[in-house]
Amino acid sequence: MTTPGQISKGCTQTPVLRERGQHEVFCGLTSIIWLHRMMPDSFFLVVGSRTCAHLLQSAAGVMIFAEPRFGTAILEETDLAGMSDAQDEIDREVDRLLSRRADIRRLFLVGSCPSEVIKLDLAKAAERLNARYAPKIRVLNFTGSGIETTFTQGEDSCLAAMVAAMPSSDTAGLVIAGGLPDVVQDQMLDLLDRIGVKDVRLLPNRSSDEEFGIGPNTHVAFVQPFLGETYDILVRRGAHPVSAPFPFGEQGTTAWLKAIASRFGISSDHVDAVTEPARLRARKAVAQASEPLDGKRVFLLPDSQLEVPLARFLSRECGMELVEVGTPYLHRDLVGCDLAQIADCPTLSEGQDVEKQLDRVRAARPDLTVCGLGLANPLEAEGLATKWAIELVFSPIHFYEQAGDLAGLFARPLRRRAMLQVAAE
Amino acid sequence: MKLSVWTYEGPPHVGAMRVATAMNGLHYVLHAPQGDTYADLLFTMIERRNHRPPVTYTTFQARDLGSDTAKLFRDACQAAYERFKPQAMIVGASCTAELIQDDPGGLGAALGLPIPVIPLELPSYQRKENFGADETFLQIVRTLAKPTDRSARVSCNLIGPTALGFRHRDDITEITALLNDMGVEVNVTAPYGATPADITRLGTAHFNALMYPETGESACRWMERTLGQPYTRTIPIGVGATKDFVEEVAALTGCEPRLDSDRLRLPWYSASVDSTYLTGKRVFIFGDGTHVATATRIAREEMGFEVVGIGCFNREMARPIRALAKDIGVEALISDDYLEVEARISNLAPELILGTQMERHIGKRLGIPCAVISAPVHVQDFPARYSPQMGVEGANVIFDTWVHPLVMGLEEHLLHMFREDPEFNDAAGPSHHAHGAKQVSDAPDPVGAQIIWLDEAERELRKVPFFVRGKARRNTEAFAEARGDSQISVETLYEAKAHYAR
Repeated sequence: MTTPGQISKGCTQTPVLRERGQHEVFCGLTSIIWLHRMMPDSFFLVVGSRTCAHLLQSAAGVMIFAEPRFGTAILEETDLAGMSDAQDEIDREVDRLLSRRADIRRLFLVGSCPSEVIKLDLAKAAERLNARYAPKIRVLNFTGSGIETTFTQGEDSCLAAMVAAMPSSDTAGLVIAGGLPDVVQDQMLDLLDRIGVKDVRLLPNRSSDEEFGIGPNTHVAFVQPFLGETYDILVRRGAHPVSAPFPFGEQGTTAWLKAIASRFGISSDHVDAVTEPARLRARKAVAQASEPLDGKRVFLLPDSQLEVPLARFLSRECGMELVEVGTPYLHRDLVGCDLAQIADCPTLSEGQDVEKQLDRVRAARPDLTVCGLGLANPLEAEGLATKWAIELVFSPIHFYEQAGDLAGLFARPLRRRAMLQVAAE
Repeated sequence: MKLSVWTYEGPPHVGAMRVATAMNGLHYVLHAPQGDTYADLLFTMIERRNHRPPVTYTTFQARDLGSDTAKLFRDACQAAYERFKPQAMIVGASCTAELIQDDPGGLGAALGLPIPVIPLELPSYQRKENFGADETFLQIVRTLAKPTDRSARVSCNLIGPTALGFRHRDDITEITALLNDMGVEVNVTAPYGATPADITRLGTAHFNALMYPETGESACRWMERTLGQPYTRTIPIGVGATKDFVEEVAALTGCEPRLDSDRLRLPWYSASVDSTYLTGKRVFIFGDGTHVATATRIAREEMGFEVVGIGCFNREMARPIRALAKDIGVEALISDDYLEVEARISNLAPELILGTQMERHIGKRLGIPCAVISAPVHVQDFPARYSPQMGVEGANVIFDTWVHPLVMGLEEHLLHMFREDPEFNDAAGPSHHAHGAKQVSDAPDPVGAQIIWLDEAERELRKVPFFVRGKARRNTEAFAEARGDSQISVETLYEAKAHYAR
C-alpha cells in the first residue's frame, strides 16, 4: 500500500476537461435543506419564484411537513412592476414571519435567480431589517441562485456571508469550516480533543450565542471541499488555512488530523498512538464493505464538489479504478491534497455538458456511475449501475467511524444487482 | 410576495414538461438557469420513468447575462434538434428566463429547423402547473391538428392524460376497454403516449373523451370549434358517473349504452351490512377540482358518507366547485395555502379526509384517517399494480382505498364498548395501522379556555368515541359560549348534542 507522500504530484498536473453546456445539477437553494437543521435558531427565507418553492419541496421530500424553518416569498406579477414596492413587501413578509416565529434569532434572506435578475437588493433589505430587529435577531443575506451557485455552493455562500459578519479577534484558535451531522461533529470534536487541540470553533455555529471572531491567529481546517468562497474570505480576514486531504476514509481522516496536529506542534506519533484503535476499526470496516468495489471502474458526474476527495477514497482505500472524476468546480486550494494522492490519473472534468458526458459514460460502460437523481433511473434502465450522489451530502460519511458506511453506500448498488434474479425490461 | 412552504402546483413550465414527457418524438427546449433540472427527478423518481424527460435546458449562468443568452438558446435548440431528431419541438422560458426577455418562440422559429417549432407563452408569475400543461397541449394541437375525414368506425380521442398525472396510466387502460365494449375505437390518446404525428390525426375521431379538464379542456374546446368534434363533459369516476359517461357517449355516437358491470363490486360492497357503519361518516374532500367533484358524488351517493366540506387548489375549477358546494350545502374552500386547508379540517373535525399528499400529512398530524384522491402525490401513488380511478375497476379501487384507513366496523364497536381495556383503548388506533399514531387531540381549545368543564361532564365526554370527541368538545363549548354559560355540565353536553343532532 502506498503511503501519503510517496506520490508527490498525483493528478495535480492532469489537464482538466472544462465543459460548458447543460448542467444536470441542483442550484444552491438546495443547501438550505441541510443548513437549517444545523442552525436550529435560524430561518431561511428564499426570495424567489414558484419554481424555487417547488424545487425546495421536491428536494426536501417529506421533510417539508415537519414545519421546517425555511420558506419562499414567492414573487408575484406586482412585485416585478416596481422595485421600491418589492422592498416594502419583503419587510411585510418578514414582519409577519417573525411575529409568528418568536424563536428565530437569525434570519437569512436567500437570493434566487429571479431576485438577482431583477436586481432586488437583498443586502440593502438585510441591512434595513437588521437595524429594525437588532440585537434580538441578526439578518444576513446570501445567494443560492442557480445562475451563481451549484448545489453545495449554497452552503459556501451562506458560510461566507456569516464570516463577513463576524467580529475581528486576535484570539488564537481553530475553526472547523463546513456543516456536519451532529453525531459526526461530536466524533470530530472528541478526536481533536484527544490529540490535544482545544478551543475548537464550528462554522456554522449551532446558535448565534456561539459567536466568535476571526483574525490573524485563527487557523481553519475544512471538512467540506465546496467552501471556496468561505476559504477566500477567511484568508482575506487573516486566517490561516490548514492544507489537508478531506477526512473521508481511514487515510483521509488520519492525514487530516495529522495536518492539524502539525499546525499546533503536536507530533504525528502522538496522533498515531491516540487514533490506533479507531484506525484499525475503520480499515477493517472499509475492507469488509468495499469488497464488491475492488477492481471495479467508477465514473463520477459533477454534483457536490465532493467528487475529488471521494474519488481519492474510492481509488486508494476501496481499490476502484477511476474512469472520470467530474466536479462542478475545482478549487485547487481546497482539494489539492486529495488530487495529489490520486495515482493513476483519470479524466478530470470541471463543469458539464450533460449529453456529451453521458456519451462518455456509455462509451466507457463503468461498473458504477455516481450521478444525480434525474439521471440515475435512466442509466439503470440502460443497464448501468448507479449510486445517486445526493445521499452523500445528507448521510454521515466523514471520519473513522463512518468509513465503512461510506464504502457501503457505493457497494450497495453492486450488491443489489448481484442479488436480483429477475431482469428489468 | 406571498410566503409559501408547500405548493400544490409547480410553475407552468413543469406543466409543459408533463406534456412533453408524456409524448414521444417531441422535444422541449427550455430557457432556464442551472438548477431548474430538478424537475427531471419528479419524472425519473416519483413516476419512476426509465428515461430522461425530453427536455434540454440552456443552463445560463450569471456571466452569460447580457447578450449571450439568446445565442445560448439558439445553440441549445440546434444541438437538441441534431441529437434527438424530434418530429416537433416546443420552446419556452422558465420564470427566470421570462425576466430576461429573449423570446424563445421567435428565436426558435428563426432557426429554420425542418420541423414545427411551437412557441409557448407561460406566465410564470401568474399561472401554475395545470395551466402550463393545458396551454402547452392546446398549442401543440393548434399547430399540428388538421381537419381530416372521420374514421369509418366510430372512434374517439382520449384527451388530457399526462406524465405525473394521478393514475392516468391505468385510467387510459380502463376507459379504452370501456369504450371498446361499446364498439368505440380509440383513435389517439394524447398527450400520453402520442407522437406529434399522432396529433395530426386527431381530426379522424368522431368525438373527444375529455378525461381531465385541468389538462385537456382548452384543446377539446379548440377541436370542437375547429374540427367540429364534440367532447364529453362527464368524468367517469364513480359508478354513477361511469354510467352517465356511457349514456353521454351513446348519445354522441348512437351506439348502445353498454356497460360491462360483471366485475363491478362497489355497489354490493357498499350495500352489504358490514358497510352500515360507514353511514353518515363525516368527510372532508380536497384536491384538484375534477377529482373533488367526482369524489363528492361517490362519497354521498355511493358510500353514504356525509360530506362536510369540499375545496380545490386550482382556481381554474373554482366556479364548478363553488356551485357544487352550494348544492350540497357546505362552504367551498378555494385555496392553495395548506395552512388554510389545515385550519378548515381542524375546524370541521371530519372522520375521514379525502385529499392530496398534503392532506395525508395534515391527517397524520391531526390523527384523522386520510385517503389520497388527487395530485400532488408521492411515489407510493404511482403504484406497480393496476389501480385506475375511472370506470368499473376504478370504482372498486376507490371503495377499497377509502375504507381502508377507517377503523373497521366491528373494530369501532369494540373500541367503543371496551375502551377501558388495554387492547381496545383509544390510543390503540386501527389494528392494521402502525401503533403510536397520534389520535385527534381532544385537549381544550385555547378559545374555550375560559369555559370550565365540570368533572362529571369531562368524564362523560371521555365516553364519546375518540374520533368524534374533539368535535363534541368544540361543539359543546361553542354551544355553551353562545348561551353565555361559563361552565359545562353533563346537562350542557347533552343539550349541545341535541342542538347539533343531525
